Amino acid sequence: MPKNPNVKRVLVIGSGPIVIGQAAEFDYAGTQACRSLKEEGMEVILVNSNPATIMTDGDIADKVYIEPLTAKVLEQIIMKEKPDSLLPNMGGQAGLNLGMELDESGFLAEHGVKLLGTTARTIKKAEDRLEFKETMEKIGEPCAPSLVVESVEDGVAFAKKIGYPVVLRPAYTLGGSGGGIAGNQIQLEEILANGLRLSRVGQVLVERCIAGWKEIEYEVMRDSAGNCITVCNMENIDPVGVHTGDSIVVAPSQTLGDKEYQMLRSSALNIINELEITGGCNVQFALHPSSFEYCVIEVNPRVSRSSALASKATGYPIAKVAAKIALGYTLDEIKNAITGKTYASFEPALDYCVVKIPRLPFDKFITAKRTLTTQMKATGEVMSIADNFEGALMKAIRSLEQHVDCLRSNDFSDLSREELLDRMKIVDDQRIYIIAEAVRKGIDYDTIHEITMVDIWFIDKIAILTEMEEALIKGPLTIELLREAKRIEFPDNVIARLTGKDEEEIKRMRYDNGIVAAFKMVDTCAAEFAANTPYYYSVFGSETEVEETHSKKKVLVLGSGPIRIGQGIEFDYCSVHATWAFAKEGYETIIVNNNPETVSTDFDIADKLYFEPLTPEDVENIVNVEKPDGAVVQFGGQTAIKLTQSLMKMGVPILGTKAEDVDAAEDRELFDKILEETGIPRAAGGTVYTAKEAKEVANRLGYPVLVRPSYVLGGQGMQIAISDQEIEEFMAVINRYTQEHPILVDKYLQGKELEVDAVCDGTDILIPGIMEHIERTGVHSGDSISVYPARTVSEKVKETIAEYSRRLAKALHVIGLINIQFIAVGDEVYVIEVNPRSSRTVPYISKVTGIPIVDLATEVIIGKKIRELGYEPGLQPAADYYAVKMPVFSFEKIRGAEISLGPEMKSTGECLGIAKTFNEALYKAFLGAGVNLPRYKQMIITVKDADKGEAIEVAGRFEKLGYKIYATRSTAAALNEAGVKARKVNKIRQESPTVMDLILGHKIDLVIDTPTQGRDKNRDGFLIRRTAIETGIYCITAMDTAAALISSLENAASQGELHLVDIASIAKKDWSEKAL
Amino acid sequence: MKAFLILEDGTVFEGTQIGAQKEIISEIVFNTSMAGYLEVLTDPSYAGQAVCMTYPLIGNYGICREDMESRRAWPDGFIVRELSRIPSNFRCDITIQEFLKENDVPGIAGIDTRALTKILREKGTMNGMITTREYDSFEEILPKLKAYSTGKVVETVTCHKKYEVNGVTDLAQNGPISGSSRFDPKAYKDGKREKRPSLVRERNGGGLRVALLDLGAKDNIARSLAARGCDVTVYPAGTTAEEILSSFPDGIMLSNGPGDPKECTDMIAQIRKLYDSEVPIFAICLGHQLMALATGADTYKMKYGHRGGNHPVKDLESGKIYISSQNHGYVVDTGKLDPAVAVPAFINVNDGTNEGLSYTGKNIFTVQFHPEACPGPQDSGDLFARFINMMKEVKTSAAGK
Repeated sequence: MPKNPNVKRVLVIGSGPIVIGQAAEFDYAGTQACRSLKEEGMEVILVNSNPATIMTDGDIADKVYIEPLTAKVLEQIIMKEKPDSLLPNMGGQAGLNLGMELDESGFLAEHGVKLLGTTARTIKKAEDRLEFKETMEKIGEPCAPSLVVESVEDGVAFAKKIGYPVVLRPAYTLGGSGGGIAGNQIQLEEILANGLRLSRVGQVLVERCIAGWKEIEYEVMRDSAGNCITVCNMENIDPVGVHTGDSIVVAPSQTLGDKEYQMLRSSALNIINELEITGGCNVQFALHPSSFEYCVIEVNPRVSRSSALASKATGYPIAKVAAKIALGYTLDEIKNAITGKTYASFEPALDYCVVKIPRLPFDKFITAKRTLTTQMKATGEVMSIADNFEGALMKAIRSLEQHVDCLRSNDFSDLSREELLDRMKIVDDQRIYIIAEAVRKGIDYDTIHEITMVDIWFIDKIAILTEMEEALIKGPLTIELLREAKRIEFPDNVIARLTGKDEEEIKRMRYDNGIVAAFKMVDTCAAEFAANTPYYYSVFGSETEVEETHSKKKVLVLGSGPIRIGQGIEFDYCSVHATWAFAKEGYETIIVNNNPETVSTDFDIADKLYFEPLTPEDVENIVNVEKPDGAVVQFGGQTAIKLTQSLMKMGVPILGTKAEDVDAAEDRELFDKILEETGIPRAAGGTVYTAKEAKEVANRLGYPVLVRPSYVLGGQGMQIAISDQEIEEFMAVINRYTQEHPILVDKYLQGKELEVDAVCDGTDILIPGIMEHIERTGVHSGDSISVYPARTVSEKVKETIAEYSRRLAKALHVIGLINIQFIAVGDEVYVIEVNPRSSRTVPYISKVTGIPIVDLATEVIIGKKIRELGYEPGLQPAADYYAVKMPVFSFEKIRGAEISLGPEMKSTGECLGIAKTFNEALYKAFLGAGVNLPRYKQMIITVKDADKGEAIEVAGRFEKLGYKIYATRSTAAALNEAGVKARKVNKIRQESPTVMDLILGHKIDLVIDTPTQGRDKNRDGFLIRRTAIETGIYCITAMDTAAALISSLENAASQGELHLVDIASIAKKDWSEKAL
Repeated sequence: MKAFLILEDGTVFEGTQIGAQKEIISEIVFNTSMAGYLEVLTDPSYAGQAVCMTYPLIGNYGICREDMESRRAWPDGFIVRELSRIPSNFRCDITIQEFLKENDVPGIAGIDTRALTKILREKGTMNGMITTREYDSFEEILPKLKAYSTGKVVETVTCHKKYEVNGVTDLAQNGPISGSSRFDPKAYKDGKREKRPSLVRERNGGGLRVALLDLGAKDNIARSLAARGCDVTVYPAGTTAEEILSSFPDGIMLSNGPGDPKECTDMIAQIRKLYDSEVPIFAICLGHQLMALATGADTYKMKYGHRGGNHPVKDLESGKIYISSQNHGYVVDTGKLDPAVAVPAFINVNDGTNEGLSYTGKNIFTVQFHPEACPGPQDSGDLFARFINMMKEVKTSAAGK
């Protein structure tokens, strides 16, 4: 069937800010879909509140709206742009829900907008628990016995009937928010009450617990003619009970015979046919480990995290094909872009093994529970490819960048056999290391399997790895042993460690004996057809397939690895743009990355893609084959920067800012010297290694002080200390891992925090704009609300910042990007830190100013000058718009995580509010972050003494808006004394009603709770904040944020319709002016 | 122990010896299925060939004997990247290592199977030797490799005596309908193994008698018919048309099988007679090729054939795409097809080659792919139901006359 001629203008909905359960994969899917639609001559209108995405670039869609993702905003956009169609299934659950809402309200029909792809009817059948179950019953596909309940009582009654444990799944939530397994009535009541609240329709499914069964997923495609294929199946190593996003996953399935494989495949096709899905769909099964019994767990009628993984694992571009199907094409009409010869109507055959490991944020939230449940906690993931499972697992482990490189990296050797048996019962991110230790201690496979339900095939593979460890420790290291160790992907440094040799020696032994990595191609067809898409992975013991290319200059672009707090999708944005810019300049581009969720690992972004860990050894293997003319590290975040030294050792020139200059920015002594030379003041401080030294420096400076390790991103481990005791505590945390670099202790200055991203060509500097943070210093820049252009500082401060930036960039010989953070105390400006690389604000500032920062930086790196590129150096005039970047958190997903803001970054994503006025931009930003107030007009305030003054002012303004204010004892006293009416509530341990009862009563809009300086020891405060978050109440921990919110609400009251801003027109306007 | 795979073009792969310890010369082919190695090993169509599995991890779930597609393993040799050290499956009877030895199949592991596949893809299927001997020179052996031909292998693989497979009298005999299986842990503990689920949901072949000419048939062909209620009589390949027709079957099924169809001269002559009868015929793979040859069409050898479980075929009548299980090195030449005799009914979406024929004015349809699956997708299993409907129609109209 050819494409539908009535589709010309398509509105695509993105997924909004990155939160746990909804991350970069939707930028990948959305970008691919938009490109696919444009290829077909469609006009694409895109809406997404997330500015860090590639899909919101002016060149991906024709019209781009970075606006809050609410039904009202979408309606406005539809009325303005008059699209004929809406594609809702590329924007994750958020996009799908919005599409559904607009369809249900009749708005789409009223405005003649057709829902493309899967119909609303289908979405309902797949997503509504009750309808889904009925549909499955109708076609004879089994679901675990279950009941949809709308009240806690019904849930309790049903659980009594089917017996505990039961699984709880709220309808219409993402990443399984609010779900869990309840082992008894008390747990059931707690989880169920929470789930009912979080569900968009107030429904939760209570079902028989099938924990421990094999969890198998199929990615399925179907076109409107009813043709179906499965792209890939995947097996979770962690059996049912752990969210698939938090499981270690292997593709294809390893322990299923053809009978099981085909049984589930047929079932998946049966389901997708019955649901009449057009496009991509994910079907999750639980398969009994010792029978053919299975249950359908869930169907996602849209592209998903799993479909991104399946696309990268097979080379089959699911989102691209889904977009074409939405336009009316059938699978046999769509070419397989990888082979260029075959069609989309085939099933990829893999001749390798893929392992995915989640990147869990427990290094950021050290107080959080590490247990893995049906609620996803991972912020990102890594994928690896090898021709054996052991190798793929080893590669994935070292891709995580969590101080792990083998199964001994988390050491449990001090646990006894009995302790291990006990510890194995805990399902957390350490389980694979525990199993490895159990194997080492000689616990038999069956016992391990009985406790963990991990299939013994996987346990044996873990055993093969531990046996290799033993063999290496025992020695001697023969060539044969080394060959085998490399085949299962032991990195040189691990071999060195285990054999007691040094890494160079191992490397030499390898090279002398021809034990080198070979590169194989991912071609969708197991080599059955010739493929031209250079998508590679490494193996040992095979011949290489990489074609030597030397016609053009070659540049290696190092990606940013897994998405984690502090290093998000922004760096993928930068890597992709840099790659495109290099290609435009005639370079052959090579991307190395290991993140399956990203645009950078799409097969047609760079000329060559290496899906590999980002460690020196893995990168060197690529360098040996490709011999690039240079590498860029400044776009891939800290992951890429960390490789600088190694690349230089390999003889690869670093393009752009030199390594020694990067060092100078990070090395305290060198940096201090530069500051002195350039006459730029900074907060006094010192470098230390031990707690003792830290205390000395702190006492010399006087508390409070800022403590942080150098060479980190996202302020990891950064803390404000107010006492010797806290110094002890923080230093212990930082020194959990051996620090290669000193720890910095600085005097804490309180003032306005400002930030610039700039491009420097060695002589001139281009500063697109100055951003100002709403929260004062002490809150990590990634967690602050950031405003462009800076609006409360004097012209003098702005001039000083521009001048300091110029001096710093020049002194550091920056070629390319630089990010500098300042504090302004009055008119005095101090520098906080300098990062000679891309930053998380680059995408947003590029979009608002229309200045393509990454493209310019790339041109500069190649050797062009800013003036040549048509820009006048210096601070650029402010744009016509205010842009407010609002951080978005995923605290509700991480049980036990401290939510109060501080110098360590905690947000997972961001959204942007953009408008002609600051107030409207701020309002849009809050709205985009999901803060849609007022609702009940009731709030709770409990602040530390230092904040009471500001609290009075803020509370007064809330009162004027009609808010009923509750406050704890001393806060209430202060407010009432100042004439703001506050009702006193009891503390948690006092008699009811307490502050906790209020929160749990679900009638509170907002909690303002500022913790005492430094780390909060007050468990009451912690409990209040956690409970607020977990019950879905917006919780503010900094007075500045509260002040911003009230301003926004005051404005909202007078705000009529929002004014929409087409970002693409900013970009285009600017480019066309420059072209003149 | 070291083992070598020597190709007729002189390429040598060094690996480890697996299975039976003997030297073989055979035609080397590759299969891209990611699961189903036992079904591949026991598919008689591989007689005279050594199979390389492109999926690198083989033997993971061991051998479940009830999944065998014939009485033994047929390939001359088995080529893999890696054999699993332990098997893991609740139904596993023995390991793949044991199975290869038991069936006297030699093999080689640890070679770069992708490199081998690329050679076969680029240069076409070729002969090779699996050996543990280290030859100093190839002068002697390369001519031997080149001279190898699969020859008349159908005779080797077909059954020796005709036998019956009775149709089910109740759908429940097939096992639970896929999806509605319920596991009984107690019964399992007592050693009772439940039947695996079946996709067959209609017993519409009850009372029909099908003659299956075993040219190297996979068991699931007879099973697929019996599961729908048909009583199947399986005949050895050398059976005459007269013998088959004298039993007055309601339909005739020509099975898959190994080798070059043009070698099967005797069978082609018999099949021509079957064509001339008015009995409905459904043929798969080799049976499909032989019917084409019997009716004046031609076949040719493909460069490297189709072997795997991911080939898209298009039903030209409905436009529907099936993902199919395939195993063939020869194909019908549609260029020389006489539309008065037969017209293409299915084509391969990837390379446009013929995947099935519909015989003009006859109740005959034939497919190149494998609706009986095993291994591979079960998408086209309804073709058996189509055959049953055809038989029923013919029967009804005959009764009406």
